[in-house]
Amino acid sequence: MLHIKCPHCGMRSQNEFSYGGDASVKRPELNKEISDQDWDNFVYNRKSLRGKHWELWQHLSGCRQWIKVERDTATHEIFDTLKANEEIS
Amino acid sequence: MTQSFRLENVGLINRDKKLSFKFNGKTYYGYEGDTLASALIANGIHLIGRSFKYHRPRGFFGAGVDEPYAIVQLFRNGETEPNIKATEQELFDGLEATSVNCWPSVNFDIGAINNFLKIFLPAGFYYKTFMWPKSFWYKVYEPFIRKAAGLGVASTKHDKEKYEHKYEYCDLLIAGSGPSGLASAYAAAKNGARVILAEDKSRFGGTLLTSEVNIGNKSGKEWAEGIIAELREMPNVTVKNRSQVFGYYDHNMLVMSERISDHLPKTKKFHPKQKLWYIRAKEVLISSGSIERPIVFGNNDTPGVMLSSAAKEYLKVYGVLVGRNPLVFTNNDSGYETAIEFKKNGIDPIILDTRKNPQSEIVDEAKNLGINIKFSHVVVAAQGYKKVKSADIAMISDDKEQIGAVESIKCDCICVSGFWTPTIHLASQSGNKTKFNEDIDAFVPGVSKQNETTLGAANGSYNLDETLKSSFETGYELSKKITKKDNKISFPNIVEKKSTKHDKFWCVPLPKGKNYKRFLDFQNDVAVSDIEIALKEGYRSIEHVKRYTTLGMATDQGKTSNLNGLQLVSNIENKVVPAIGHTTFRPPYSPVSIGAIVGREVGKNSKPTRRSPMHSWHEKNNAVFVDAGVWLRPRYYKQGDENLFEGSKREAKNVRTNVGVCDVTTLGKIDIKGPDAAELLNRVYTNAWLKLPVGKARYGVMLREDGIVMDDGTTTRISENHYHMTTTTAQAANVLSHLEYYLQLVWPELNVNVVSTTEQWAGAAIAGPKSRDLLQKLFPNSDVSNVGLPFMGYMEADLFGIKARIFRISFSGELAYEVNVESDNGNFMWEKIIEVGQEFKIQPYGTEALSTLRIEMGHVAGSELDGRTIPYDNSLEGLVSKKKDFIGKRSLTRDAFTAEDRHKVVGVVPLDKKTSIPEGSHLVKDSNAPLPNPKLGYISASCWSVEYDNPFSLAILKDGKNMIGEKLFVMSPLKNKVIPVEIVSSHYVDPKGERVRS
Ligand SMILES: [Zn+2]
Repeated sequence: MLHIKCPHCGMRSQNEFSYGGDASVKRPELNKEISDQDWDNFVYNRKSLRGKHWELWQHLSGCRQWIKVERDTATHEIFDTLKANEEIS
Repeated sequence: MTQSFRLENVGLINRDKKLSFKFNGKTYYGYEGDTLASALIANGIHLIGRSFKYHRPRGFFGAGVDEPYAIVQLFRNGETEPNIKATEQELFDGLEATSVNCWPSVNFDIGAINNFLKIFLPAGFYYKTFMWPKSFWYKVYEPFIRKAAGLGVASTKHDKEKYEHKYEYCDLLIAGSGPSGLASAYAAAKNGARVILAEDKSRFGGTLLTSEVNIGNKSGKEWAEGIIAELREMPNVTVKNRSQVFGYYDHNMLVMSERISDHLPKTKKFHPKQKLWYIRAKEVLISSGSIERPIVFGNNDTPGVMLSSAAKEYLKVYGVLVGRNPLVFTNNDSGYETAIEFKKNGIDPIILDTRKNPQSEIVDEAKNLGINIKFSHVVVAAQGYKKVKSADIAMISDDKEQIGAVESIKCDCICVSGFWTPTIHLASQSGNKTKFNEDIDAFVPGVSKQNETTLGAANGSYNLDETLKSSFETGYELSKKITKKDNKISFPNIVEKKSTKHDKFWCVPLPKGKNYKRFLDFQNDVAVSDIEIALKEGYRSIEHVKRYTTLGMATDQGKTSNLNGLQLVSNIENKVVPAIGHTTFRPPYSPVSIGAIVGREVGKNSKPTRRSPMHSWHEKNNAVFVDAGVWLRPRYYKQGDENLFEGSKREAKNVRTNVGVCDVTTLGKIDIKGPDAAELLNRVYTNAWLKLPVGKARYGVMLREDGIVMDDGTTTRISENHYHMTTTTAQAANVLSHLEYYLQLVWPELNVNVVSTTEQWAGAAIAGPKSRDLLQKLFPNSDVSNVGLPFMGYMEADLFGIKARIFRISFSGELAYEVNVESDNGNFMWEKIIEVGQEFKIQPYGTEALSTLRIEMGHVAGSELDGRTIPYDNSLEGLVSKKKDFIGKRSLTRDAFTAEDRHKVVGVVPLDKKTSIPEGSHLVKDSNAPLPNPKLGYISASCWSVEYDNPFSLAILKDGKNMIGEKLFVMSPLKNKVIPVEIVSSHYVDPKGERVRS
């Protein structure tokens, strides 16, 4: 079970969180033309990376905040966590 | 029976407490502090079971967790448990155990015929023998294998024992209480660290209990007792025996199983049988010691052949002799320690040492005691069937390739020592890439992966002085890092006998013309010849060899067999062991009961149960409940003998003719507040929300980004910046997360807050033509007329002194209202509705009637909004705004979603107006078409229409809208039904929706 540092609550066990996928995905702006290809990429296409990866988790059974977690998908090592409004540097 | 192999005045058992127990129906006696194994050996019992494949006789091989043979079926307090190691099970009064794996009895075993037919059972025999013909598997092979092989029978009864889970945090977790565990725990605890010290066995001290050493002028055992006593007094230390740390998981989380009651005849009241500890440790010290390695020789599985360290433990801890005529076969000094203990107790052992001329203090001591030592000697084969009777021994050449003339000598046990294998399981599970240590011919931990440090024998160190020094130092340094304190304890003086190098010898060659089985894996019956066959057949990877031969795959996970297996592969392949590598260690280190893993989450506690505030009223009024997610909801309220069909029909009919009330508390409710609330709704729902006036409700559908319908429900504008959203019961949690996702990550600029209020409001749906009359009586001071409270209107009103919200919304298709009050007032509201409703013939209705009403009205719900349909499929195109953008809109223009002949929701009526249509049935054009019959659609929901008194179903049908009026067939191969049907509009009742507006 992973141990994740919620930027709001501190170190918590994985079973308090739910996984939310790639944190680098940006939703296209509303009311803007977008090609089929770009939309498909946004909805369906994800890189299944091995290694360091920024991903979203929600602290579901805690503060309910969505957070960003930098995790190694192969080793589960967690390097950093950010609040929803903090940019990945 | 007398305990004829029990010594007087030796051992740590409590001779004041005699215990009686039964093995295979016969009564024996032992003492408190015995294991089942030690008590049986004390009674001269060495035949315990039969081996897995050849059904050869099995005795005891070890004295603890590494035991591959002595597995029994245990009976305790009316329960039974399989796969119990007799070497681990502590004796209690009234214990009963039986052999496993033998039929009809341990002394006469029919499966032993396999032993004579072993030509049929070579490596990979399961793969080769039991594959073909395929049809034989279930009928012939599997029942046979199940009967003949196995490690006991699981109980089919409900386990009445309780198991608990505990979460714990500490600075240092120390696994194992041998010298390194005690020293590091003591040093860390004295320096203020929060320490958990876990010992698998009942006694602390590990090898200190059996070795002749002196620490600080105390015997090893006394020193260990002193340290434990001191640790127990310290508030920052948790000391646990009977507790095995069996798994090392991510982020320094370890799991430990504590066997709280297994050693007692009966679990104490309010105590669990076992407890599983989830421990998050800052640092982990692995002091799990070593397991002695066997030397491989002919018939080395005969009962009476056992590890030399086990023989010593039986003698020193339990006061039990494993034989009166022992032969010690060793390649190192450890065997001498066992021989010396025998000698001290008046027994004359013979030592066979593979070494030519070893020089050490221990060897000298054995010589001085007058022990008969034969150097450069090996055991070629054990002789005897159910117990060792003699050994064939021979000289071995210096190059270890040739054996001399074979000579037979009498003995009743053979104590084997092939040096030591560090127990590296936890380090390996942590992710540590282990390395091969040439000095000890075994793997030891390499660079730490997580915060783990391996100490002492587990790290390949067999010198007590060195082990204690490094363990004190490590405990101190690690605690200092955490506590920032600097209390260093002084180091005791250590006296131990010096030993010399072991001989890199592990397998005795076969004498000419002999074909003895030489076993590597004692639990799975894998012999040297099996590995040879696997390699001949082309298996190279050790992982493949393991699976093909089942080497190390038994419940003991190869604790005594892995390294010898690797040695063999490397010899044949002419490679060194590190090049072969070892197979992966996975948790658990030793089997863990399913009960402990499950904990308290069994039966009704396997998930939480949510009840509405009106639950007790439902119970009192004969509600039959149904699980709706984690909620319990009334399915119908039983009157007299009526069944579900009759009851729900009565309830639904009453809604259509009079008025009914339904508990809708379970609907998800989300409070939405803020100046941008309307904008959020406008982006989340497919229809327009910016112009909804205060005091009005609107039905909305929300999509996922891929265009699929996520949920539907009504949202009401309570005041200028305040909305009340309802979701389906099932999607409540997902919708909240969905809104939070967009508000926190995608559109943080929106000034809106969302919070779940599902549990804050109790809800009652009042539906039927007389619902307004009832409402008027419930709220005499409010104008609930069609003008005062029109369809989709909202008002706040006073219900006999309590605040209520009234929504004029309808799920049943009738004139209907939903009344919400604060949860605490839910029961009051419900009782008032029932009481005042009597004159209108009100009846409560459950989820079954609720479904009937919505199905015949053609209202889509979970069975149509099933995660595969888009709004158009559900005739919801009127709700999809062409003007504004919303979540998922862009996906709706995808080719697949705009196809003309998409599956759409339709109604289905059987032509005979009588035959009920099973849900999940398929719709086909021709019921006699050859299989596979092209499927046009499927039945999503079925009911008995109370309006027309005939069956009616909803279906998702290809090109549905153009199929209305067509005649098709419903086929249900499961129910063996073929029903001719007509396709009709999904809006079967009141298609214009006049009733809800009346
Ligand atoms: Zn949090």
